[in-house]
Amino acid sequence: MQVTSSVREPLVTGGKTYHDVTHDVSRQVEGKPTLLWFLAFLTAAGTLAIGLIAVTATVWEGIGMWGLNKTIGWAWDITNFVWWVGIGHAGTLISAVLLLFRQKWRTSINRAAEAMTIFAVICAAMFPVLHMGRPWLGAYWALPLPNTFGSLWVNFNSPLLWDVFAISTYFSVSLVFWYIGLIPDFATIRDRATGLRKVIYGGLSFGWDGAAKTWMRYESVSLILAGLATPLVLSVHTIVSFDFATSVIPGWHTTIFPPYFVAGAIFSGFAMVLTLMIITRKVFKLEDYITMTHIELMNIVIIITGSIVGIAYITEFFIAWYSGVEAEQYAFINRATGPYWWAYWSMMTCNVISPQLFWFKKIRTSIIATFALSIVVNIGMWFERFVIIVTSLHRDYLPSSWAMFYPSITDIGVYLFTFGLFFTLFFLFAKFFPVINMAEVKSVLKSTSEKVRK
Amino acid sequence: MKENKKTYWKGLEQLSNDPEFVKHADKEFAELPSSLNEDGSASRRDFLKLMGFSLAAASLAACEAPVRKAIPYVNKPVDINPSIPNYYASTFSSGGDYASIVVKTREGRPIKIDGNELSPINKGKVNAIVEGSVLSLYDKQRLTGPYIAGEKTDWATLDSQVKSKLASAGSVKIVSNTILSPTTNKALQQFSEVFGGAEVIQYDPISNYGISKAAETYYGTAVIPSYSFDKAKTIVSFGADFLGTWISPIEFAGQYAKTRKISKEKPEMSRHYQFESNLSLTGANADYRTPIKASQSGLAVLALYNAIAKKAGAATVSAPAVEIAHLEKAANDLWAAKSAGLVVSGSNDPNVQVVVNAINELLGANGTTVDFNAPVHFRKGDDARMNQFVNELKAGQVGAVIFYNCNPVYDFARGAEIAEGIAKAKVSISTNGTMDETASLVQMVAPDHHFLESWNDFEPKKGHYSLGQPTISPLFDTRQAQDSFLTWSGSTSNFYEFLQLNWESEIFTQVETGTDFQEFWDRSLYNGVFAITPAATEALAPIGDVSAAAASVAKAYSASNTGAELVLYTKVGIGSGAFANVPWLQEMSDPITKATWDNYLTVSQKWASENGVTMIEGETSKASITVNGKSLLVPILVQPGQAEGTFGLAVGYGRTKAGRVANGVGVNAYELADTSKGFVNFDITAGVEVAATGEAYRIARTQTHQTFMGRENVIQEATLAEYKTDASAGRYHPEIYKDGEFVKPSKISLWSGHQYSQHHWGLAIDMNSCIGCSACSVACQVENNVAVVGKQEVLNRREMAWIRIDRYYSSDAPADDLRGMEVASENPEVTFQPMMCQQCNNAPCETVCPVAATTHSSEGLNQMTYNRCIGTRYCANNCPYKVRRFNWFKYHDNKDFAGVNVAQNDDLGKMVLNPDVTVRARGVMEKCSMCVQRIQAGKLAAKREKRKVQDGEINVACAVACPTDALVFGDMNDANSKVSQLLKIKENNTSALKEVNEERAYHVLEEINVSPNVWYFTKIRNKDKNEA
Repeated sequence: MQVTSSVREPLVTGGKTYHDVTHDVSRQVEGKPTLLWFLAFLTAAGTLAIGLIAVTATVWEGIGMWGLNKTIGWAWDITNFVWWVGIGHAGTLISAVLLLFRQKWRTSINRAAEAMTIFAVICAAMFPVLHMGRPWLGAYWALPLPNTFGSLWVNFNSPLLWDVFAISTYFSVSLVFWYIGLIPDFATIRDRATGLRKVIYGGLSFGWDGAAKTWMRYESVSLILAGLATPLVLSVHTIVSFDFATSVIPGWHTTIFPPYFVAGAIFSGFAMVLTLMIITRKVFKLEDYITMTHIELMNIVIIITGSIVGIAYITEFFIAWYSGVEAEQYAFINRATGPYWWAYWSMMTCNVISPQLFWFKKIRTSIIATFALSIVVNIGMWFERFVIIVTSLHRDYLPSSWAMFYPSITDIGVYLFTFGLFFTLFFLFAKFFPVINMAEVKSVLKSTSEKVRK
Repeated sequence: MKENKKTYWKGLEQLSNDPEFVKHADKEFAELPSSLNEDGSASRRDFLKLMGFSLAAASLAACEAPVRKAIPYVNKPVDINPSIPNYYASTFSSGGDYASIVVKTREGRPIKIDGNELSPINKGKVNAIVEGSVLSLYDKQRLTGPYIAGEKTDWATLDSQVKSKLASAGSVKIVSNTILSPTTNKALQQFSEVFGGAEVIQYDPISNYGISKAAETYYGTAVIPSYSFDKAKTIVSFGADFLGTWISPIEFAGQYAKTRKISKEKPEMSRHYQFESNLSLTGANADYRTPIKASQSGLAVLALYNAIAKKAGAATVSAPAVEIAHLEKAANDLWAAKSAGLVVSGSNDPNVQVVVNAINELLGANGTTVDFNAPVHFRKGDDARMNQFVNELKAGQVGAVIFYNCNPVYDFARGAEIAEGIAKAKVSISTNGTMDETASLVQMVAPDHHFLESWNDFEPKKGHYSLGQPTISPLFDTRQAQDSFLTWSGSTSNFYEFLQLNWESEIFTQVETGTDFQEFWDRSLYNGVFAITPAATEALAPIGDVSAAAASVAKAYSASNTGAELVLYTKVGIGSGAFANVPWLQEMSDPITKATWDNYLTVSQKWASENGVTMIEGETSKASITVNGKSLLVPILVQPGQAEGTFGLAVGYGRTKAGRVANGVGVNAYELADTSKGFVNFDITAGVEVAATGEAYRIARTQTHQTFMGRENVIQEATLAEYKTDASAGRYHPEIYKDGEFVKPSKISLWSGHQYSQHHWGLAIDMNSCIGCSACSVACQVENNVAVVGKQEVLNRREMAWIRIDRYYSSDAPADDLRGMEVASENPEVTFQPMMCQQCNNAPCETVCPVAATTHSSEGLNQMTYNRCIGTRYCANNCPYKVRRFNWFKYHDNKDFAGVNVAQNDDLGKMVLNPDVTVRARGVMEKCSMCVQRIQAGKLAAKREKRKVQDGEINVACAVACPTDALVFGDMNDANSKVSQLLKIKENNTSALKEVNEERAYHVLEEINVSPNVWYFTKIRNKDKNEA
């Protein structure tokens, strides 16, 4: 029996040839920066500089510059931390998991998504250091280094320590994975370049020679790293969720957190990828590579993860009621109806209701709607972490200690700092690195481009 | 002098005259070994070595060692051993208040005040103000020498001027607060004789003139009686805050607590009725509290008199009818208790006090619970004389006025008139230690020593004496005021000699045993107190007539006053305001309102809702209060339990010249007090207008949620009747389902459990005897160098207190109405719960610290290692009791906090720091350590003497200060320790989990099984049924 597969939509449109791919991607790197890029970059760097004032104030004066108090020991700091770590997840998921599942559509978005991962993790890692009362000591005391204090080791029971391992592993693997992928493309740019650029990209490409054996090694390393990175997609946010799940605070002490956090992370990560890709494809005119199919597929992932998150929210409430634990019940009633009800309902609206709009084909294939909703989802996911952290802490066991949290200007400044850092890095990446994985796109070109097939 | 033939040599080389040594003997630095190049030139290595050396030498020389001003003793004083504290018995006295104290000094510096256990009055206990007063010794505001017309001068100049001016001044008046010192009185008498009968006028900021005036009318002797609350079965108080601020609160709190301790063996407690306008500390502890208007208070007393008189068969008096809840019940209980009943009134109206005396007389209580035969000398100020003095001063009839350690310009109702009148006196002198509101207006200031630098004696009660001795040599060029008086009256002896002579002639002669005065003196000084049993006298019989007083009361009070009423009151922490410049007291959270750094108008919830005033967190608004033309703008604090139509305002604030801590904090309410009736009246029932202005304001409160949300895992309480039938009444027994059955939470644990082979420290807290006075909180602050953070940081909810008193109001809402339960009842039941680190055996903080900065000790303590802390605050988040405190900023040596945290910023203030406790750096977490430094010191002392630590030898600062012994600390491994006895821990076992058999004892949040080492005892209310 002859099986005929249905005709698939081409992954790269516009009848691109191999040369077109090289040219379209490399031209961004080779050309002069556009005015638009300069403006964007300066805005990002300016935000970074303003944010740096807040960071300096925090390190110089103390954590008192933030809005925290005796009852609420974490608020924006850890909210931002979890939020940025979550955003990072999409990159790893796209490049590693989709690689293992041989999802070819990933090829044109994985580079940028991975870059986003790395920058997001850098931003995230700012907070565990900055939120310490004594970061100058904590930055290395939190590591299990041999020392002459006794010898004094870290506390392996502490979820914060697990975080240190989780985040550092995640960052290293992601960085290596991303860089390995960049090497053939750097070599492509090197081969087209002259002068100083040739030297620099020559260095960056580690003497790539394009030989079959090199390609073979490249493929296997990619596969191994993908294999390594895949469990990390699950483990990092699982461990981050342990910060809360292993505690005694009602609203934190919840076994549902690991899967719920992972789903939320993928949810917000895809939203962030969409936000960035929609801008990039427009600015760099890469519509043929990042097609509507990509956007639609990512929107479908958002529907799924958004729904998982929604179910998790409802499950939490059910369990609070079902457990019979009064403190837990109060914590959840307080979330929905207490002084921070607005944060809770913002979260519910942004995360549970808004992604359901993607059931409509019209909405999920609309660039503008997708862009708007991707931002809404990220706002929602920020609120999710805020709700978990602040509303659980602000009214826990003893009513005498109940308090409110109001962010200070420094809180906002530090958050801005990470935005500045993220976008500064991203714009530098977009200008100087190939934003699309040329080598991998070329590998899918044959099956999708009419011209190449001829 | 013989020639010194000794030779000193640098080393054996020199002695043996080693040729190699001799060669280099004149060179300061040893020659660097050369790597012996052929040509003898320097090699690259030599060059680097030299360069390295020069660099290191140059940079070391550039680092100048900081200049420290600590000057070591050249010869060690006999009784000062570094790191070993010395204790001196002395006495605290201010404004007619008194406490016999023991002062702890370290390296010559007084650093802590505890109560003197030998004192029969305060029995080893103190209150917050006494605790805090040690910091006033190191107040930068203190004068460093005498002043004439605002210019610093020397004592000789001052003395000659004073003498010459006084001689020609005419009438000389000495204004003072109550003088408890018999020898001072004698010195003043001597002074008075020299200066033509100079008169001593005594007044007190917080007046109890009404009581002595009434005693004069009713018993013929103007005295304040001694009270024995411990003998009372039924206590009825009309606005007398006897646990917090009335006459001798430390003494009364101790007595009262005795009647509130309850156990299976003694299931009895006193019943306490309180009728008052403001919710006072005492009212908060009452079994039945009825909010009444100040204008009704006199009639309430009359109604009680009539009810009792009816029962006693005595004549009733005519009184307008007044509807007051629980009054009839109170009368029944009083009559049942008879001589074990006690009625007290906070009113300063002599007529009301006469009726109160008459009630006590009807009950036969005079001689048991109240004793006019054993008068006390506290607060014996004479309002009438003071009033008259102000008139004289204003009229320019006073030639010379000497303000002897008092500040009437600030703390007398007619302060403004005194300020005006001072200029009219030819001579004005003050002995005040600081340039306060009064001292800044006088011509000459002869600053007195601080009381911790002075010799003094006191007679707080007839036959009870105590001595004050210096615990440090004077810090500044001040002079004891009594010495000044003696000098001005031409005496050549100093006050110390004068004191000794007086004791030898007056007191020693009354001593029956003992022959040697020196021995008697040394013993008295060592003990701090000395008492003579006075000869038994016959009970005073009433000579006065109650009906006249009753008629005046009936006329002066009304059952239905529709106008606003203002009731001025004294705060437990600030008192009269004399110690307002002590930031510990300013930051002490008020036991009732939980507010710091302010006074405010307390309004009823009804008034607030009618006037649209809300209070969310600290956000409130201001009101203008006008009393007979005088207007003040004050923030509003919505106070459950405030009688409708009345408003409360605390005195002791609004200082303008107290110093940088207190200046400008709050408003001065003294000026609203009324003196028109001949006594200082804090209950202003006419001419009061209050209007909300809507101007936004923030009051810094340490607790902003007022109710306990019906959480039985936090507050467990029962009524006495319930307790009698079931000792575990009110207990909440959480159970968790496991393997088919419900078990106690302690049966389920991840942990294998600690073993404490030596000690297992524990703390038992009786919520029934904790009155909420917060003496523990200040004691802890002093002992543990806890930082003061100032109003803004309290507003940011970042106060540092290691022990706090959680104050919860009851709510009328049903249990399922969570919103409703956030609102306190109109007249709530109040519960106080001291809360500090619970030293959990399964501590949630310990597992989460990434760097193991908080760990468990082998004695059951949860220890905090500041040096290791990196400040992630995870421990604080994970603490279910929220007792961990973070150093958000650098609070020491930081100009931003220098104005409030004086004990950790200026050189003078730092002298009060406890050298045994680290001042914490910024960015680290801190919390109650259960005074681990005291535990360590106690263990070392026992070890040195090769014995076991005895129970009671080690005690935590909070428990030492507690006037009601509500906190009991000890070793739970020792079945004979007091804490084990209380908890009924039978066996000696070393496990962290102890079998506690006391039915009332419970763990807060038992269901999460963090297994604290702090136990709470249920609150028992002596009520017939559960009712608010």
